[in-house]
Amino acid sequence: MLLLTCPHCGVSGDETEFAPGGEAHLKRFGPGSSDGEFETYLFYRRNPKGVHFERWRHAFGCGKWFHAARCTVTMEVFGTYPADVTEPPAELVETIRAKRPEWEGF
Amino acid sequence: MAHRLPSGGLVIDRSKPVEFTFNGQKLKGFEGDTLASALLANDQVLLGRSFKYHRPRGLIASGAEEPNALMGVGEGPRFEPNQRATGVELHQGLTARTQNHWPSLGFDVGALNSWIASRAPVFSAGFYYKTFMFPRVAWKHVFEPVIRRAAGLGKPPKEADADEYEHFHVHCDVLVVGGGIAGLSAARAAAANGARVLICEQTPHWGGRALVETETQIGGMSGADWVRGEVTALSGMENVTMRTRCMTSGLYDHGYALLYERVADHVPGAEGTPRHRLWRVRAGRIVVATGALERPIPFANNDVPGVMLASAVRDYVRLWGVAPGEKAVVFTTNDDAYRTALALHEAGVAVAAVLDARAEVKGELPARARAAGIEVRAGYGVAKVKGGKRVKGVEIGRLTGMGQVGGRREELACDLVAMSGGWSPVVHLWSHCGGKLTWDAEAAMFRPDPERGPTGHDGAVNTLACGAANGYLHTDLCLSDGRVAGMSAASATGHSRGEMPEAPEVQAIPQAHPRPLWFMPARGKYAHGTKHFLDYQNDVTAADVQLAAREGYESVEHAKRYTTLGMATDQGKTSNINGLAILADQIGAEIPQVGTTTFRPPYTPISFGAITGRARGPLFKAVRKTPMHDRHAANGADFEPVGDWERPYCFRRMTPEGRESRAQAVTREILNARQKVGLLDASTLGKIVVKGPDAGKFLDLVYTNMMSTLKPGRCRYGLMCNENGFLFDDGVVVRTGEDEFLCHTTSGGADRVHAHMEEWLQTEWWDFQVYTQQVTDQWAQVAVAGPNARKVLEKLGGVDVSDAALPFMSYVEGTLGGLPARIFRISFSGELSYEVAVPANLGLALWEKLAEAGEEFGAMPYGTEALHVMRAEKGFIMIGDETDGTVTPQDLALGWAVSKKKADFIGKRAQERAFLAAKGRKQLVGLATEDPAEVLPDGAHAVKEVKAKSRMITIGHVTSSYFSPTLGRSIAMALIEGGSERMGEVLSFPVAKDKVVKATVVDPVFYDKEGERQNV
Ligand SMILES: [Zn+2]
Repeated sequence: MLLLTCPHCGVSGDETEFAPGGEAHLKRFGPGSSDGEFETYLFYRRNPKGVHFERWRHAFGCGKWFHAARCTVTMEVFGTYPADVTEPPAELVETIRAKRPEWEGF
Repeated sequence: MAHRLPSGGLVIDRSKPVEFTFNGQKLKGFEGDTLASALLANDQVLLGRSFKYHRPRGLIASGAEEPNALMGVGEGPRFEPNQRATGVELHQGLTARTQNHWPSLGFDVGALNSWIASRAPVFSAGFYYKTFMFPRVAWKHVFEPVIRRAAGLGKPPKEADADEYEHFHVHCDVLVVGGGIAGLSAARAAAANGARVLICEQTPHWGGRALVETETQIGGMSGADWVRGEVTALSGMENVTMRTRCMTSGLYDHGYALLYERVADHVPGAEGTPRHRLWRVRAGRIVVATGALERPIPFANNDVPGVMLASAVRDYVRLWGVAPGEKAVVFTTNDDAYRTALALHEAGVAVAAVLDARAEVKGELPARARAAGIEVRAGYGVAKVKGGKRVKGVEIGRLTGMGQVGGRREELACDLVAMSGGWSPVVHLWSHCGGKLTWDAEAAMFRPDPERGPTGHDGAVNTLACGAANGYLHTDLCLSDGRVAGMSAASATGHSRGEMPEAPEVQAIPQAHPRPLWFMPARGKYAHGTKHFLDYQNDVTAADVQLAAREGYESVEHAKRYTTLGMATDQGKTSNINGLAILADQIGAEIPQVGTTTFRPPYTPISFGAITGRARGPLFKAVRKTPMHDRHAANGADFEPVGDWERPYCFRRMTPEGRESRAQAVTREILNARQKVGLLDASTLGKIVVKGPDAGKFLDLVYTNMMSTLKPGRCRYGLMCNENGFLFDDGVVVRTGEDEFLCHTTSGGADRVHAHMEEWLQTEWWDFQVYTQQVTDQWAQVAVAGPNARKVLEKLGGVDVSDAALPFMSYVEGTLGGLPARIFRISFSGELSYEVAVPANLGLALWEKLAEAGEEFGAMPYGTEALHVMRAEKGFIMIGDETDGTVTPQDLALGWAVSKKKADFIGKRAQERAFLAAKGRKQLVGLATEDPAEVLPDGAHAVKEVKAKSRMITIGHVTSSYFSPTLGRSIAMALIEGGSERMGEVLSFPVAKDKVVKATVVDPVFYDKEGERQNV
């Protein structure tokens, strides 16, 4: 039962208050893209052992989408941030780097 | 004989006798007894049969680790199987019965398994895998019925549960698990520093083993007195919550814990209280003070009733005043079990001898035993136990250097064997959430590794073990370890006043190190360990583990599953360590290299009632009702669930012949709507407002059609696909203003569609200036459908609903019959139809006005089934019937609603994939059965060729099928491979063994193909 903090409304809530939305920062490939690009966008996921950026929705709260940076091994949540960005905030990346020197980076 | 002692028993009240029933026999105990202690006091040592061999079994323990004494407790709606007798508190009128035997406890057919096993290697490790693989038919007809009859653990209750259950949702700074001296010290230290503390204890008594170990003094008083003082002090603190009868079932991510409180098991049916309560706790820090469990020693026949853990024997004597036998032999690897010898001696029970596996025995406790006149035999062990349903004696001998019993055998008469293979910290909770263990070779135990404990959301270790659970078996260390854990936990949660409660002086007898002894093979018949039980509940022996290792199951996780070691309801509390030590020995590895299996919640089983809580019956799931719901119910509605909604399926009227059947009602409703006018409560239709300067642009991306070109006041039927290109919802979109749209969704799909829109808006097109709002509940809506529909609205008056003013697929706002209304001229029935929406609080008024005005025009309500049949007559698709997540609009001949002009929409790229354009995809067709009275079953498969013997190849299936009263024949829709090119083809549907329905492929629009009826 993860403990997540919604960056929009500030509530720290039980995992059941949120709905998971899979890997974050996927680049959408629409009409005009190659079959390979589209396949990758739609079906291929990194599924890393370690630092992972993932989407969550505060489904039983403010309704907003956000991203969480989480370690899939220890469940540590490095931070959460709103979903209207194409990459994680620089400070968060620094935080993760400090805690996980072996991390390959975003 | 086991018997009640003339005096003693710390937790029983001899002035309060309690009557109970065991297997139909009336017995007596005292208040404070457990079912186990009361049975033992009545000399009931045979309490069950083992799972596989059906060997007679009795108590080996006094607490949560008891593997054998599982009972069916209670009666009727309060019956519960598989209750551990050691955890059941005795109360007046309690009924208990043994289980897992047939036909009776004394004589049991299954015991033949044991006899057979002594002659052939059945039921050994991997028995289930080896025996039941082939032939399959034997499993079904031979093995399964017999095994089901003779085996299994208890029978499920037959009646609905009479009790109530509830959940608590709790936050605390520090959760302390375990109310022994370590836990109490931790709670005291944490609370003194200002932390909000929750401390729970699984038994009814605080103090743990301190109540039993009477020779230990804490702060100049007995352990029991010290515990009483601590409990009093803690109860007086407002930041402390204390619960007994409350077992911590599991630890989960980020400091989440589930606690199982048995509130009223000991007072069944008590008023105003739930039976069980599930605590859902989020704690800043968790202190695991769960103590330790004693290990049995695997010697031959170590399962005969009367063989018990030494600590349990001591518990029965001192806590409940019960002697589990008259003459005891103690077999130990350590000093601690001498306490049992002394306790028995003090209680007047003869101790034939203490057999100590250690060659040299010189500690203080052994000295006291010797001084009491008890014979101590160093370097001795039990070779085997004699007796069947009760211990009659033991064969003993000297231990060799290899740990075998060698040399001359002697026989000692006794009816009680108290064994102690040393102690294992209870690390279950520590391990639930990833806490790691370290092997302490000197103490011969796995203990928590504090550096590698479970972690919280911030990555910091959030769980601290203390006391015996942390590997500290001595009183003074337990106390100080508890205090340190409590201080650290409080400090980590921001509570640090620098308060360190004073350390009490401890007077305890020091103990020497144990000799690790995992397996006690003797020579001769029992050399192979086939009667040396490790897992009592699953009947796993030392020989089974060795065999598993020899057959290649060397990983502890594999060996566990192959032998089922530790997989019973006790989860191997007494067997795991012995088992993996034997495995390590067999494969020539060290114990820490073998490692442990994974512990999983719950620590001890919890009730389904507690998990369910209040969520049963009408509280199981919320039901959504429209504002007209009660009126429908009064009008004879038969309801059906649609999503979370309850909708009228049909309205069954009274006729001179009695109440209509459902089929009669549906037929009448359809014909009435087609010939006169029908009223449908369409309030459940999903409604989402999409507003903002970019609303049109956004909807162009969400729908396959072009929506931005819709004129204000106009409606358009729209399709919604997912990014995979598959259809997932449909509905009419209305442009209610320049920058405002109202999107209708399916009744069950409103939440899903709204979430879908928000997901795209928030995570992909966040720069769009658009808001969405779900308004499904804000509006009540009624469809007025049929040739007389316009007349009904005109009679109500106030809005011009003529074809000129309000043509098909248009929308107007006005005051209809005095009610503020939105009128949509849309049709799902194919008839002249208006959907009228009013604010929800006016829904009932609208319905009544329409019914009243419609009376002279023959208006009648109709339900969802008439709606479905009429839409099928028109060939309109239904999401969830014609779609299943793999169907594109093109498959359903809805390509006209997929824009070719738009550069992009959700699903457009996916629909360009080659396989979606491939020949032979399933496409929507209509079906006309050869016999017009024959209605195809929903889901019936069409086959390429009907074959009697071999497998038939399916080419598609029926998606909707009804009898159409309008057409006087059956109609159906189906998805058929290459359907659009099969027009006129006759397909075969084998619907039963000897029945094939034939149907011709036709246009799915069965009625009014030109749409003339709606355009009047
Ligand atoms: Zn929120």
